[in-house]
Amino acid sequence: MVTPLLPLKMENVSVRRGGKTILGPITLQLADEGISILLGPNGSGKTTLLKTMHGVERPNTGTLQWNVGAEDARLRQAFVFQSPTILRRSVLDNIAYPLTLRGVKRAEARDRAEAFAARVGLTRVLDQHGMVLSGGEKQKLALARALILEPDLLFLDEPCANLDGRATRDIEEILLAVRAEGTRIVMSTHDLGQARRLGDEIWFLHAGQLRETTPKGQFFSEPQSDTARSYLRGDLLP
Amino acid sequence: MEKIWEGLTQAAMLIVGFDPDLMEITLLSLRVTITATLIASAIGLPLGAWLVVNRFRFRRVVIAIINALMGLPPVVVGLFVYVLLSRSGPFGVLGLLFTPTAMIIAQVIIITPIIVSISHQAIRELWADYHDLLISLNATRRQRIATLIMDGRRALLTASLAGFGRAIGEVGAIMIVGGNIDHATRVLTTAIALETGKGEFGMALALGFILIGLAIIVNLGVHMLSRTERGSRW
Ligand SMILES: Nc1ncnc2c1ncn2[C@@H]1O[C@H](COP(=O)(O)OP(=O)(O)OP(=O)(O)O)[C@@H](O)[C@H]1O
Ligand SMILES: [Mg+2]
Repeated sequence: MVTPLLPLKMENVSVRRGGKTILGPITLQLADEGISILLGPNGSGKTTLLKTMHGVERPNTGTLQWNVGAEDARLRQAFVFQSPTILRRSVLDNIAYPLTLRGVKRAEARDRAEAFAARVGLTRVLDQHGMVLSGGEKQKLALARALILEPDLLFLDEPCANLDGRATRDIEEILLAVRAEGTRIVMSTHDLGQARRLGDEIWFLHAGQLRETTPKGQFFSEPQSDTARSYLRGDLLP
Repeated sequence: MEKIWEGLTQAAMLIVGFDPDLMEITLLSLRVTITATLIASAIGLPLGAWLVVNRFRFRRVVIAIINALMGLPPVVVGLFVYVLLSRSGPFGVLGLLFTPTAMIIAQVIIITPIIVSISHQAIRELWADYHDLLISLNATRRQRIATLIMDGRRALLTASLAGFGRAIGEVGAIMIVGGNIDHATRVLTTAIALETGKGEFGMALALGFILIGLAIIVNLGVHMLSRTERGSRW
């Protein structure tokens, strides 16, 4: 039995950039199963929070404590960035890249990459150069490249921002399947419909403060905070 | 103008006639400079990438020093290598002074800073783009450098070619450490200096044209080779 990755305990984590606090202090425990949806207006700190949890952004105060060692924790999570980074390589090599980093043989890595490309619907462009893909295809590539690691925890930062309706539904289906396989998911979105469809719980972030972490049903029917209420009404937030 | 025509025709005649002396010094020019470029690239490209990936305290200072070294007069480098290799110098026992090896050493010292500096610039942009992904995927320092070199290889080729260009036309340093000895260390540039000194401007110009042609051919050849590669737009 492998030691579970979660819970993650975040205590008083805050991030300062350019002389001001852009996130926190946040105290939070990430546990259980399911999908947490991170909502909040532009600039509220969603990307910063996700990156800090993942560890690519260093907090200025506070601590993050995984249930396993920090090194091990990093290897068991994956991140899909808001603007996907595309390596200057073919689509296939892009998706295979994380495996080659972990010492998987090139032929095997490519085989598995092909399977994951098929899963996100990129089979047709497998041999193209990654940089010539459309915006939506780039996001799918980034998703496949994250999934190929079969992570225990998956962060996604607005993964459907450039996708059409059909592709969005495909991705949502994949995410639900991944969740059913036991992967914990934390993702941000501006799409309230998506939040309803996918979320088990909603985190609401405003001005760097986590205003609520509420089960989905409750969030949409009776949000705990005034800011979340105005956000749901579509009001401009202070 | 007349002199230039004279030089051009003389160059054409030398080439067409496969002049053996010309062949010898051209080949030596190529051998010395290509070897120096390969060695300098093997040092300079990883070093350029390493400087991007590592944030240490004196990084800025090191980069400033390398940029300053780019402007070092070759004659000074030549003098320095001469002193090191001369019979009474620390490496005198190796007997390398006035050999092609000495010329290669001097050229490596001259062009490594250029290759480091240009590759550092190119890799820095790529790193800004790749940073979060490579950190997220837990790539080791070695893997980061390897990925940046692999994916930035076209820009890095430009860095190596800039080094080649500087080395093939260099005369001051290799004159000092090579000595321009006929059939031993004479290369195109030192031969040009010699012919000019003798007042043989036609011959000097002819060699000059061959030197220019050689540089162009090498650049075109390398670019053509790299263009046949798939996905070369990036
Ligand atoms: N390096 C930095 N220096 C200064 N300010 C920063 C820096 N990085 C982020 N910020 C600021 O922090 C705030 C939060 O940024 P973040 O990217 O986390 O927002 P977000 O919720 O993801 O927004 P969006 O919905 O637009 O993606 C923004 O106001 C941003 O300008
Ligand atoms: Mg964001």
